[in-house]
Amino acid sequence: MSTFLLLTITGLGLGAMYFLIASGLSLIYGLMGVLNFAHGIFITVTGYTLWFVESKLGDVPVLPRFLIAALAGLVVGTVFAALTELVLIRPLYGRHIEQVLVTVGLALAVTALVTAIWGSDARVVAAPAWTGQTTTIFGAHIPNDRWIEIATAVIVLFALEAFLRRTRYGLIVRAGVENRAMVTALGIDVRKSFTLVFAIGGLAAGIAGVLYTLYSTTVDPQQGTSLVIFAFIVVVIGGLGSIRGTAWAAIIVGLVQQYANYYASSGLGDLSVVLLLGIVLIARPRGLSGSFA
Amino acid sequence: MKRFAIPAAIVVALAFVPRLSIDIPYLFQEGLNTPGTLELLALCLLFGGLALSYDLLFGFTGLLSFGHALYFAVGVYIAAIAMTRWHWDFWVSVAFTALVGFLLAIVLGAVSLRVAGIAFAMVTLAFAQAGSILALKNPYKWTGGEEGFGVDYHQLPTWTVGILNTKHLYWIALAYAAFVFVVVRWAVNSSPGHVWQAIRENELRVQVLGLKPYTYKLMSYVLASVLATIGGIVYLLLLGGANTDVTTASFTLTLLLMVVIGGTGSRWGAMIGGILYTFANHRLGDLSSSHAVSSLPEVLRTPLQQPLFILGVLFILVVFFVPGGLTRIGQVGVRLDRILRRPAVQEEVT
Amino acid sequence: MALLSIQDLHVYLGESHVLQGISFDVAEGGVTALLGRNGVGKTTTLRALMGLVDRRGTIELAGDDIQSVPTHKIVRRGVGYVPEDRDVFSALTVEENLRLAERDAEPQYDLVYDLFPELRERGKQAAGTLSGGQQQMLAIGRALLNDNRVLLVDEPTKGLSPLLVTEVARVLERVSELTTVLLVEQNLGVVNHVARDAVVLDTGRVVHIGPAKELLADKPMIHRMLGVG
Repeated sequence: MSTFLLLTITGLGLGAMYFLIASGLSLIYGLMGVLNFAHGIFITVTGYTLWFVESKLGDVPVLPRFLIAALAGLVVGTVFAALTELVLIRPLYGRHIEQVLVTVGLALAVTALVTAIWGSDARVVAAPAWTGQTTTIFGAHIPNDRWIEIATAVIVLFALEAFLRRTRYGLIVRAGVENRAMVTALGIDVRKSFTLVFAIGGLAAGIAGVLYTLYSTTVDPQQGTSLVIFAFIVVVIGGLGSIRGTAWAAIIVGLVQQYANYYASSGLGDLSVVLLLGIVLIARPRGLSGSFA
Repeated sequence: MKRFAIPAAIVVALAFVPRLSIDIPYLFQEGLNTPGTLELLALCLLFGGLALSYDLLFGFTGLLSFGHALYFAVGVYIAAIAMTRWHWDFWVSVAFTALVGFLLAIVLGAVSLRVAGIAFAMVTLAFAQAGSILALKNPYKWTGGEEGFGVDYHQLPTWTVGILNTKHLYWIALAYAAFVFVVVRWAVNSSPGHVWQAIRENELRVQVLGLKPYTYKLMSYVLASVLATIGGIVYLLLLGGANTDVTTASFTLTLLLMVVIGGTGSRWGAMIGGILYTFANHRLGDLSSSHAVSSLPEVLRTPLQQPLFILGVLFILVVFFVPGGLTRIGQVGVRLDRILRRPAVQEEVT
Repeated sequence: MALLSIQDLHVYLGESHVLQGISFDVAEGGVTALLGRNGVGKTTTLRALMGLVDRRGTIELAGDDIQSVPTHKIVRRGVGYVPEDRDVFSALTVEENLRLAERDAEPQYDLVYDLFPELRERGKQAAGTLSGGQQQMLAIGRALLNDNRVLLVDEPTKGLSPLLVTEVARVLERVSELTTVLLVEQNLGVVNHVARDAVVLDTGRVVHIGPAKELLADKPMIHRMLGVG
């Protein structure tokens, strides 16, 4: 029982990470038709900024040091994402394959740049001690960072929903995901929403990056890329452009991965996610939420 | 047969390269007929052929697959495992590997092609990812996990082993590229080939004509995949071992880049893209450790010492300033747009 | 001066030369009908005016060039659009659909709800669950929220029951008193009811321009150009 509980919570924690990354990807593809292969780079940029700022704040106690560094990381990551859209994506408006390719090129270049400057080995990040400890519930020793992951993802989910349902830009995004041309035919310049959506995606991915450093206590150049592939799978299972679909898919994928890895055999969890994708697509090609572009 | 005159002449000319002791400065570090240069040229030709096999799928049939590299990896790993772990004879291993590639393509293709567009792309990515995981997991200790393993060279024909025989490997790679070229040319001009191109342009119209796109797509998929598997076997000969580099997602993305840079849907485009990319990838590695670069100020030197940085930036520049590939100005953008946004954008005329 | 002036308009869709040098004017006030058989390029003409397809040629709105202007800016100069398939956002509510379309400082909800009281009643309903007729009302309504100089309307009666067709004709009549309308329509009864001028297309070219009632009274000409009657 306690193992099951542990697996469930860690599975939800994993799902929380996937959701944070996948939500941005889903909005970006749903609204703009861009497969953003550079999404993982937003994670890397935030992570390394966090590490860098932390290392410069040597004497400050851990908790404020981490928080300040995290904040700096998020700011830099979000700005980086917005700039990516403005400089690389926007000039290629309407040319989808070129947009996808520049994101691939950017991902390659930034990963290589980070490796060049700081090397390919992982760098240690100092996290508040409490996050590395465990809390015991019903006999399960659950690492505390999982609670933060789950709580953060829930907050972000509500924030995204509020944005989509209660703001004008959210309205534009929801309409644009359905029919971008008609939105321009109403006199709205969708391109501003594109930058905004990229920035939101960058922020959410950055948050995932911050949480990942809590979990692993390191940063390395490849972490963004490895997380993003599973995020892609989550996006497709959940249905492109749907936040709720992404949330459900993230939970399912996270849980399946954890359970399969433990109850079947290690590594099988990842394979079963792939299997899940195959099954979902064959049974319901439009993804769980039915909203396929 | 007239239309093969020029390509045939090129193949013959290229076949003479190992006899030419010419130096081409900057392009090659040593003379043309040295093992180092021949190996580089062989790799270029191999990837030219592989890129063309991918273009059969993507450029001619309009199927965006992120899993093509899987079949290449199958070619590398299965042949290596058969010879090294099971101690099979070389030719038996080759035949077996081709068979495995063929059967796998039929099964995976049958499943993947049930969906289209972005879903198809994601399913192929997922299957490739599964293959990658499998290779890393090292079942029965066959795949060698993260490090891979060297092939048992006793099983290989003697004329392919050893530095002095590099020219034989060069000829094999040349033969592979020529083979892929001929097969793709012939296939594209055959009647199923015309259907593939029709599918790429407008799948609905094909259905209206009473044909089943699914069967034709599967044909294209299987043919392209088998060509890739054979390429994998050639790669094994060139490399002498198997490792997980060929199973990564970035490797598949590399194929896409080769094809787009060269220009899709044309006879030469993908092949040239593959040759150029492979060449640039290797030579940039030499460039970044060269004297010219190491004497630059540190701000410039550090990024330039990572070939991938240069390549990444280069891609971005190419995409911005030479869109549609080098050999053919694209309807590429339109085509991918349709692929990614099925059902196709409505162009109703009333 | 005409409100809308179109000269030598060319549009290519893929390989197809859909509009082969269209030229006509839309005079201010009243309804100008754009007629023709299926596939001659009527919808493409409207989309070209909106900037939704690549176009070559001269397009002027009250003397200002809009050929090189992007879609959202064209709309902001006072061009409303009611597309052929309505294109309401099915995931949004009726109210949200209307709110999205707001451009001016004081959107004319009174006018819209007066014409279409059902829209007020069904405000919280998802637009995707509306009937065809209701969606049409929404599509027209959102174009009327703003002060437009010209309204481009594409086959508003398509697929509607005769009762609703009459309703739409009545609405069009009222709208034509407020703003200029360029109307693509296959239903000649509606055209006869509301249109002042008529422009007829055939395979991408203009083949007739003249008063609507005159054209509609000429049965042989109607038969030749529109294949009806």
